[in-house]
Amino acid sequence: MRKLISLLTFILFLIIGLTAQEHNQPSEHQEGVVHEEGHALDCSADHSGHHGPFDAGQTAFHHIADANVYSIGPLQIPLPCILFAPGHGLDVFMSSKFGMDAFGHGDGHKAVNGYILDGGSVRRIVTPGFPTGVVEHGAILHQKEMVNNKSKTITYVCHDGQLFKCDDKSKLDAGMFGGGLSSFYDFSLTKNVVSMILVGLLLFFAMRGVARSYQRRDGKAPKGFQSFMEPIYMFIQDEVSKPFLGNKWERFNPLIQALFFLILGLNLFGQIPFLGGSNVTGNLGFTLVLALFAFFVTNLNGNKHYWQHVLWMPGVPAWVKTILTPVEVLGLFIKPLTLMLRLFANITAGHMVIIIFTSLIFIFGKSGENTLGALLTAPGSLILSLFMMAIELLVAVIQAFVFAILTASYIGAAVEEEHH
Amino acid sequence: MLFLIDFDVIKPDVGLIFWTTIFFAIFWWLMSRYAFKPIANALKKREHDIQDALDEAKKAKEDMANLHAENEKLLQEAREERAAMLKEAKDTKNAIIKEAKDKAKKEANTIVKNAKAEIESSKQAALVEVKNQVGNMALEIAEKVIRKQLAGNAEQESFVDSLVKDLNV
Repeated sequence: MRKLISLLTFILFLIIGLTAQEHNQPSEHQEGVVHEEGHALDCSADHSGHHGPFDAGQTAFHHIADANVYSIGPLQIPLPCILFAPGHGLDVFMSSKFGMDAFGHGDGHKAVNGYILDGGSVRRIVTPGFPTGVVEHGAILHQKEMVNNKSKTITYVCHDGQLFKCDDKSKLDAGMFGGGLSSFYDFSLTKNVVSMILVGLLLFFAMRGVARSYQRRDGKAPKGFQSFMEPIYMFIQDEVSKPFLGNKWERFNPLIQALFFLILGLNLFGQIPFLGGSNVTGNLGFTLVLALFAFFVTNLNGNKHYWQHVLWMPGVPAWVKTILTPVEVLGLFIKPLTLMLRLFANITAGHMVIIIFTSLIFIFGKSGENTLGALLTAPGSLILSLFMMAIELLVAVIQAFVFAILTASYIGAAVEEEHH
Repeated sequence: MLFLIDFDVIKPDVGLIFWTTIFFAIFWWLMSRYAFKPIANALKKREHDIQDALDEAKKAKEDMANLHAENEKLLQEAREERAAMLKEAKDTKNAIIKEAKDKAKKEANTIVKNAKAEIESSKQAALVEVKNQVGNMALEIAEKVIRKQLAGNAEQESFVDSLVKDLNV
């Protein structure tokens, strides 16, 4: 077992090393969209024939990312776009308006009111002079540029032999990871939002059904789906809510249950093969919101005892307090931060590893040039992927449980009564 | 940070945050209101029901034990009573028999005494009658003898013999 894990880790590092190396090479091509660096972009050149070497890292990034289309395999299902640009106004339309191929990679052929669809993601043309309305556009090009001493991939779109610069949608990473606020905000019902709503509705109707069975079969033993869900519900109630939340457990139990079931549902939904593999719990935006809920519920319910321990720990010398207080105050923010990062990192890593194991076939098959290599790699890749999927199922449950239990412990610490 | 350039998932999207906030608030409320609270209530009620049923069963068991003890006590009392009654009956019987025996003895004695007295009186009467008859016979004989004497001796003697034969008292 340990040998197998070390072997897997070795392979993983090897692949990441390879892809990182490839990433730095100039003239990088990804699924017909050209990435260029080092020389000026040229709209007159024909980019349609370019197919660069297969890039597993890029493929993984593309598949785990949120998108304005719902892709199941190569099938692209359009989703509603709700776009807002200050000074420009609100645009609401279906992403099918971008004229993307029904079977493709989510690249549009048409610009809608200055918006284009690039790799499933909406971008906005910021160079003035681009016509409004639905307009056919040319190739989409990417180039690495230095912006504020940071390397950033800038997207350009060709129209009438002219280059137009595009903005990515606004991100709340304060520019740390190459995002930051841009000229427009995307409030679309993206793949993640749609998955979230679907799973939410599914969970609601399932649990509502269970609740109804309790009312209908009052005083009788649980049966069918009800008896399947009851041990799970009871486990969270008895092993998470009751021990951590003390005598206030009944007040916070619904939140803990909601967190657990939602995270578990979304984790599992993202792992169903051939269903789009939406990566909701592996998106920092989603985990950020859940962590914020945990943060606010914890601190808005904090009692005198809790704040006293955070701000002015009783029973320790004054000089220790000067060290303890900043640490405790920092801890208030670090706790939800770790909640956010743990779930995000675990799920994203799992999705990426599965994609990369599958990508092994394409790496060794040299994107179809080496059929023998692909055939030889396929069984190994299949075994590794299956192994990883099994681990991921475990991780899905563990991470949902960990998120629930830690939230319960944070809230529990805040509402705990003084006992001396 | 070159590696993270296209690592889109680490950049929190404004729209996703917006929708997730709304979604989770609604999800939390709906699930609490329509799923988790009814389930929690039903589970609590069932827990109470089970506890009640157990308590009741325990109580019933105790009642049964009490009832059993009571029955045993009653049975014991009944047994004692029966024994007492039997003893009494036996005593009564003996007394009655004794009384009857005494009475019978007394009666028998009386009867025997009476019988004896009667026998005595009858005997006396009989004796008196016999004496009378014998007297009468003797008189008769004497009369006849006296009358025959007048006729002859021999004849008289045989005559007296025949008379005596006829007499046959």
